[in-house]
Amino acid sequence: MIRLPVLATLLAFLPGLPVVADEAVTTFELENGMQVVVVEDHRAPVVQHMVWYRAGSADEPKGSSGVAHFLEHLLFKATDTLESGELSATVARNGGRDNAFTSYDYTAYFQRVAADRLELMMRMESDRMRNIRLTEENILTERDVIIEERNQRTENNPSALFGEQISAAQYLNHRYGVPIIGWMHEMQTLDMEDALAFYEIFYSPNNAILVVSGAVPPEEARRLAEKYYGVIPANPDLPDRLRTEEPPQNAERRLIFRDARVAQPYVRRSYLAPERDPGAQETAAALTFLAEILGGGTTSYLTDALQFDTQIATYSAAFYRGVSLDDTTFNLIVVPRPDVSLQEAEDAMDAALAQFMIDGVDQEQLDRIKLQIRADQIYARDDVDRIANRYGQALSAGLTVEDVQAWPDILEAVSAEDILQAAREVFDIRASVTGWLMREEVTQ
Amino acid sequence: MMRFLLSICVVFGLAGTVHAEVDIREVKSDAGLTAWLVEDHSIPFVALEIRFRGGASLDAPGKRGAINLMTGLLEEGAGDMDARAFARATEALATTFGFDISDDSLSVSARFLTENKEASVDLLRAALQTPRFDQDAIDRVRQQVLSNIRSDAKDPNEIASRTFDVVAFGDHPYASSLNGTEESVAALTRDDLIAAHRAVLARDRIYIGAVGDITPEQLSALMDDLFAGLPETGAAMPSPVDVAIESGVTVVPFDTPQSVAIFGHAGISQDDPDYFTALVLNQVLGGGGFESRLMDEVREKRGLTYGVYSYLLPKDHADIYLGSVSSANDRIAAAIEVIRDEWAKAAAEGVTQAELDDAKTYMTGAYPLRFDGNGPIARIMVGMQMLGLPIDYIATRNDRVEAVTLAEVKRVAAELLDPEGLHFVVVGQPAGLESTPAN
Repeated sequence: MIRLPVLATLLAFLPGLPVVADEAVTTFELENGMQVVVVEDHRAPVVQHMVWYRAGSADEPKGSSGVAHFLEHLLFKATDTLESGELSATVARNGGRDNAFTSYDYTAYFQRVAADRLELMMRMESDRMRNIRLTEENILTERDVIIEERNQRTENNPSALFGEQISAAQYLNHRYGVPIIGWMHEMQTLDMEDALAFYEIFYSPNNAILVVSGAVPPEEARRLAEKYYGVIPANPDLPDRLRTEEPPQNAERRLIFRDARVAQPYVRRSYLAPERDPGAQETAAALTFLAEILGGGTTSYLTDALQFDTQIATYSAAFYRGVSLDDTTFNLIVVPRPDVSLQEAEDAMDAALAQFMIDGVDQEQLDRIKLQIRADQIYARDDVDRIANRYGQALSAGLTVEDVQAWPDILEAVSAEDILQAAREVFDIRASVTGWLMREEVTQ
Repeated sequence: MMRFLLSICVVFGLAGTVHAEVDIREVKSDAGLTAWLVEDHSIPFVALEIRFRGGASLDAPGKRGAINLMTGLLEEGAGDMDARAFARATEALATTFGFDISDDSLSVSARFLTENKEASVDLLRAALQTPRFDQDAIDRVRQQVLSNIRSDAKDPNEIASRTFDVVAFGDHPYASSLNGTEESVAALTRDDLIAAHRAVLARDRIYIGAVGDITPEQLSALMDDLFAGLPETGAAMPSPVDVAIESGVTVVPFDTPQSVAIFGHAGISQDDPDYFTALVLNQVLGGGGFESRLMDEVREKRGLTYGVYSYLLPKDHADIYLGSVSSANDRIAAAIEVIRDEWAKAAAEGVTQAELDDAKTYMTGAYPLRFDGNGPIARIMVGMQMLGLPIDYIATRNDRVEAVTLAEVKRVAAELLDPEGLHFVVVGQPAGLESTPAN
């Protein structure tokens, strides 16, 4: 099987299999409300230190799209005690790597470094939680950098532009319809005031999660966390995370995106779908299986129907991102063979979905997926940073430690009928967007 | 871009202020194969990394893409299992196999639970020794390859790489995509794939690393079980390339908002006594992270790009020194000018003592961070074997970094960096840039 690069941007959203290694995980909360997760593993003398803020692009004010990500860049500039760029330079001088990333529901900063440098990392990371000092020049230069980042990730990539249009059509009233990196015209107007306003509201210990993984005993992590993060006062004015909600979606949406740079046309269908909610993850668990059963590789239902039983598709997949604060999406994609039209590909996809609802779930396939989930809990012990990332992502998207730890058992309990029931609910064409990515039409 | 960085990581072990606990042992099999092993029984699984030297550059004349397609088919039916039966069997064991092809090697990355070792090895043996190459699987995977070829033709990064490869490698296989062309792939037959398999998967070019819950005795038996049935020899290795990159600019017009540039000139071999000095030099000039001169000048100070990097690319048959940057069409010329200036400045002056010290502490400190899991350690060990490095290399590697002096960096910078010799390939609609006229 050959992986298609055209889809790399989509596959980045694949949820993967769940991970919990209970015995290695310690969680607690500092007095100022900062949540802490420690995943201990002494097989290598390395730690990963991360701070996750419950603030992402979906928390931005109207008209300032991209400011969460812009601020992420600006946090590498000066503070009261650090020169611009000094934090990264210090990490590098200590043989470490640092970076940061922004999503809809969170912004996270991390360093990976020798375990005995953890205290230095905490000193610097806690400093920039409250003490950044920006100049106008920082704003102008770094704004150019994020615009080039958008050029690189999105403007130069028709598949990414197509994805933006699908999200915008999917969400009628929710901020998930706006790209994380921002719309270009709004990015161009982002200024110091926008960045600092976002910082003042959201960057505080009671809105943050500290996640440390690797060669550190939890008691030591706690001592350092209290010393550096524990002394920062909570923000009493931290707003509740209330977002606009989706109204009932009553109209099927269709869009066609044409671009001369498209080499490989394809069909993508997005359905509005429930996410993992605190204490209520069962439907999301069923949808996680549904995506795997329909589009998880050579043995999946769509691959069978569209690549083996018929020769409609070069590639097909289903993906579902369950970790999300608000309503998420369930996606299907079919890349047709050159002699197959997008209409034929879409029709074949819908016929396969209809047949799946009749055939039901293959119990053997379900058993194999469950076996892999159990095995993955063994493999995951080889990569504690991945476990740490799962906690950071889940906690910043509204889930609790208990939810994360209950997830494997919830998956284990999912039945074939649960999956079909979830499929019946999610495949509501009125809550869907169907997009065709096409080449520019050639006119004489 | 990341692809190149990763390959460098694998090739060089490093060791640092912190010492990674990596106790490598050499294991021989009855049939004469050698593997490197790190035993670690703390988690009940094994990571196995196998590489066959030669890779896609062994494509027969007129059969470009055969080895890539063959590699894609190894997991699409083997022994008495068709593609779906093989995939179901793999899933039922919670085993994963990765088959990957590059210019210089075919790699196999396997991961299996201890309790499923025997059955997993049976599957892998079937994939390596008795792949079926069923016609329906060939046609299916061929369509995937053709789709990739068409996508690459409209991807500015791929266009830039391909164009630069032609400038650098002339008529060597390195100059063309290992995917092949639409024409060459369309014409491939089942016999071509069988021949490709025979050319690449041979015992005289195999490198093996294993990490995890397995003893030397078990590994020794496993090696013969997996490989004894493969032919003793395969196709002859390609000849070395005489890299002769002409200086200049090649603009490839492409209607897109951001221009993508790849630049470079001849590089330096890993056997060269100055290789570590060059590595330290590059760390200062354009190595990864935010600290390099190029990142500082092009991104941090001027906001001309999201990322700019340079990297030594030592391949089996050629050594080049490459860089990449992308900027909006009206700013790429400015970015290139800054890069040329930095190249010239480093060639003339070398680096400062502070920069050298910082690069050393980074490189030595970052080394143990690479040994972060059974799979990564297995890959590092195979990379070391392919380079002919000694088994105790990891413990000595940082000494080589530490030994680099300021004077040596200055000398090597003057010898290696050739600001006038740089060739820039720019894909996009770059304002103020034109292709250098051909001589």
